[in-house]
Amino acid sequence: MTAIRVLVGTRKGAFILTSDAKRRKWSVEGPHFAGWEIYHVAGSPVNPDRIFASQTSSWFGQIIQRSDDGGKNWIQPGSDASVPSDNAGMPQGESNKFVYDTSDDTGKPLTTHQWYDGTQHPWEFERVWHLEPSLSDPDTVYAGVEDAALFRSTDGGVTWHELAGLRGHVSGPSWQPGAGGLCLHTIVMDPENEDRMFVAISAAGAFRTDDGGFTWKPINCGLVSEYIPEPTAEVGHCVHRIAIHPTRPHVLFMQKHWDVMRSDDAGETWHEVSGNLPSDFGFPVAVHAHEPETIYVVPIESDSLHYPPDAKLRVYRSRNGGNEWEALTEGLPQEHCYVNVLRDAMAVDTADPCGIYFGTTGGQVYASANEGDSWAPIVRDLPAVLSVEVQTLS
Amino acid sequence: MIRVVLPLHLRTLSKVDGEVQLDIGGLVTTNTILDALEARYPMLRGTIRDHETRARRPRVRFFAVEEDVTHDSPDARLPEAIATGAAPFLIIGAIAGG
Repeated sequence: MTAIRVLVGTRKGAFILTSDAKRRKWSVEGPHFAGWEIYHVAGSPVNPDRIFASQTSSWFGQIIQRSDDGGKNWIQPGSDASVPSDNAGMPQGESNKFVYDTSDDTGKPLTTHQWYDGTQHPWEFERVWHLEPSLSDPDTVYAGVEDAALFRSTDGGVTWHELAGLRGHVSGPSWQPGAGGLCLHTIVMDPENEDRMFVAISAAGAFRTDDGGFTWKPINCGLVSEYIPEPTAEVGHCVHRIAIHPTRPHVLFMQKHWDVMRSDDAGETWHEVSGNLPSDFGFPVAVHAHEPETIYVVPIESDSLHYPPDAKLRVYRSRNGGNEWEALTEGLPQEHCYVNVLRDAMAVDTADPCGIYFGTTGGQVYASANEGDSWAPIVRDLPAVLSVEVQTLS
Repeated sequence: MIRVVLPLHLRTLSKVDGEVQLDIGGLVTTNTILDALEARYPMLRGTIRDHETRARRPRVRFFAVEEDVTHDSPDARLPEAIATGAAPFLIIGAIAGG
């Protein structure tokens, strides 16, 4: 391991933080795409210098950016004026074109989902929340979008096509948005089975495919959500985040709207592992790179008060897969702290000892080079942090 | 030559410094301007109007010769000053903030 690269998406641009193997001195570079909301920045596991970014704006819509040199230079894939024209004589520039599949041939396309007022509402693309590059092919990347759907590109982000079987699940018309919209925000790929993938949707729940994305099943048995009419319903749960360890992909950890959950059977059943947490509301959950039973969450006061309990920013670590948690506080503010840590804003490196990183809505990015025992800010005053990903470079 | 002024974020995206000048042979309308603009800068496709429907994005506005033409037909002829380049066609991000 020679270097660590932390990819940070914020409300006002992307930042790249780099350090050598010691993880003590950091350089901060950015903002890239200044002024735009960067929901997620993610690198290819196959080619770490290939990085994708979701750049979005309520004014000007969605842009997909790609770098092939580790974030130094960026392009909008396929948007070069020299590329061939389409039938209408217009240049192709479709890397930001996310069109729901309404064909008769694939999936079971839907035209509506449930809206806030209980009526049915057309699916409308808003933005890409999460990009998940393939574990095996640098040209393949998945996008989780709002309104909730899963798209895939197999040409490096030039074009995108919906995996319509997910949205076409029979429960689709009952899906309804959470406060943040009806968004597919989590994509987890099984490193041992390329046909298996997990996704999570707010507020529909978790789903799994075992056939490469053609068909999907809800995997929410054991979740209990008191904020929905039927607390144990098959769908309707506000799942915030799912994480796995790559050596045990059948063991899933989940931070739900309330409750930290665990599944030992690839999501078929879940049981609660909140244990002694001061609050089991929160957004991210992460797994230690080398210890599959060591997991991390950041408790938040409640669904109404999105800041840490007692105004103390504490990461909680369990060494035995949940239920027994210890507060990690060294180097973190222990008074007057009212920031939040969003669902995509915590990640781990694969160095030894494992490094943990998270970003806050107050613009701080904290790092621990010793498994969470102590923390220090890499940078303090960025725009609100939406996402943090880490690349361990060799 | 048609002159077009883009908002900051779209100038950044298209790597344009200053005004854009477009040569449009024929009727000068909002749509013909946007067609020519997107042809030259394909990265702008989808940022001003929808890829599929070509409908204006809700928070984008069009001004021509001190008139808001946002809600006019995109196929309506624009003022002569736009067609001759005497005045620029302005693409604006709607005001919002706090």
